[in-house]
Amino acid sequence: MEYFLVSIFLIQYVRSSLQTKTHFPKQDQILIYARGISIALIGLYYVFDERSWFDWFWHIYTVSLLVYLYRNEEFQSLRTVIQSFIPFIAISVLRDLVKVLFPASYDRIDYIFEVAISAAFILCFVIWFYARKQQRILAKEREERLREEQASNAQKQSLEYLVNERTIELTKQKEELQKTIQELRSTQNQLIQSEKMASLGELTAGIAHEIQNPLNFVNNFSEVSVELCQELEEEIDKITMPENDKDYIKGIISDLSQNQQKITHHGKRADSIVKGMLQHSRASSGEKEPVDINALADEYMRLAYHGLRAKDKEFNAALVTDFDAAIGKANVMPQDLGRVFLNLFTNAFYAVAEKKRRLAASGSRQDYKPEVKISTKKFDGKIYIRITDNGTGIPEHIKTKIFQPFFTTKPTGQGTGLGLSMSYDIVTAGHGGVLDVDTVEGEKTEFRITLPIS
Amino acid sequence: MKILVVDDEEDVKSLFEQKFRKEIRSGQFEFSFAFSGEEALRFLGNNPSGVVMILSDINMPGMSGIELLKCIRKDHPAAPPKVMMITAYGDSGNHDQAMHFGADDFLSKPVNFNELKVKLLNTL
Repeated sequence: MEYFLVSIFLIQYVRSSLQTKTHFPKQDQILIYARGISIALIGLYYVFDERSWFDWFWHIYTVSLLVYLYRNEEFQSLRTVIQSFIPFIAISVLRDLVKVLFPASYDRIDYIFEVAISAAFILCFVIWFYARKQQRILAKEREERLREEQASNAQKQSLEYLVNERTIELTKQKEELQKTIQELRSTQNQLIQSEKMASLGELTAGIAHEIQNPLNFVNNFSEVSVELCQELEEEIDKITMPENDKDYIKGIISDLSQNQQKITHHGKRADSIVKGMLQHSRASSGEKEPVDINALADEYMRLAYHGLRAKDKEFNAALVTDFDAAIGKANVMPQDLGRVFLNLFTNAFYAVAEKKRRLAASGSRQDYKPEVKISTKKFDGKIYIRITDNGTGIPEHIKTKIFQPFFTTKPTGQGTGLGLSMSYDIVTAGHGGVLDVDTVEGEKTEFRITLPIS
Repeated sequence: MKILVVDDEEDVKSLFEQKFRKEIRSGQFEFSFAFSGEEALRFLGNNPSGVVMILSDINMPGMSGIELLKCIRKDHPAAPPKVMMITAYGDSGNHDQAMHFGADDFLSKPVNFNELKVKLLNTL
């Protein structure tokens, strides 16, 4: 009877404590069979009328069950409990052995075995009881550890979050600093550029002053020489001499007169260049007054357009205006800013005319529509003016030179190379603004004026 | 009319002589030349009250046209000659100064001789 209790108890204990049904279904199946065997054995035990030899079946069965449980890796955690059953089974086996081998002695010590078996039987349950208790403590500890782990996990997460936040903050700061450095660099470049321009402007004005006096003499003397030639011609008429000689002398005088006229013509050309150069030094000397920027831009756009139309009847371009009515009047030097507009528009119209001419010469793109656009915008205490054309554009390698005095791409005699240089001076030195250019060669050019308004 | 031209450029002399050849020949104008402010003052000292009109450059080495103008206005308060100042293009500072110290007129370089001729004839 005790074998049955022990085996059933052991099987149930293993099954319930390890939850073998869900975790180890294969072993669970074996344990269920073992339980069946236990029930069968107890049944047979009563069928055979509680014979003592039947105990040997129990011995074989319980030992093999113990060995199976003991050797199986999955049940390792329960070894202490399983071990506690060894003394009980061992003593039972020993008692039956003694009973068979030494029946005489057995009768004398039979009570010792009975006591030992009872003790072993009790021991089984005592150990089981302790094991259970210990397991509970372990489970409790495990739970605690789990809780601690969860707590530390939560802490870790919050730390990670903090670190992330800091990282984002630092990255943002870094980006801001990089942006600032970039801004500083571009400002430095602009400063260097404007410094260069200012010194070039001064140099230009200085050169102009030096050239002006000798140039005046050239012009004056050549002019007076033309008059002298006329007088000479009149005087010759008064003298009587052979017609042949007279014609010859008159021919020479007419050549001389023509030469002097040529000198005057080219002297005047030089003079207009010198005048342009001198305007550099006067670029920021005017008085500021409230001016309607939109009206000023519009006026000079039309002026430049009709100026070009007068020279070239074929020329045509669409004038597009996009004015911000909110600008109203701003404090500027109207003559100077007008000159800037005139220069920029003249260049824009020249660029579209040039592109049309080139396209016509190569015989392609007859659908080209020249367009010059002005747009103004007031924003954040500044006026933004853009003059855009879809003309020839500016090649990259000369983009940095266009604001330098005397730089021109126009054929000799058509441009002095002072227009943009002076415009640059007027916008930057005269108005404290910015003049820059954005261009795609063969596509478009956009000049951007930014004026601060106080 | 006696006119004194003051300029540090000596070629001014031949230029004036050629430009006003007819007027000089007909005796309308009589030009004298001085090549510095000092020389001009000396000339005025030697020919008191003879000169009616002075044409002076402003930018000259040594005594400038403005200083010459000041001296003339100080030394000849009784019978003052007319003084016309000539300076480089667009020099508004000199223009204002010249007018302040008593210049009668102002010409800017390059000198337009037709305009000058009209002005001189009007003074006659």
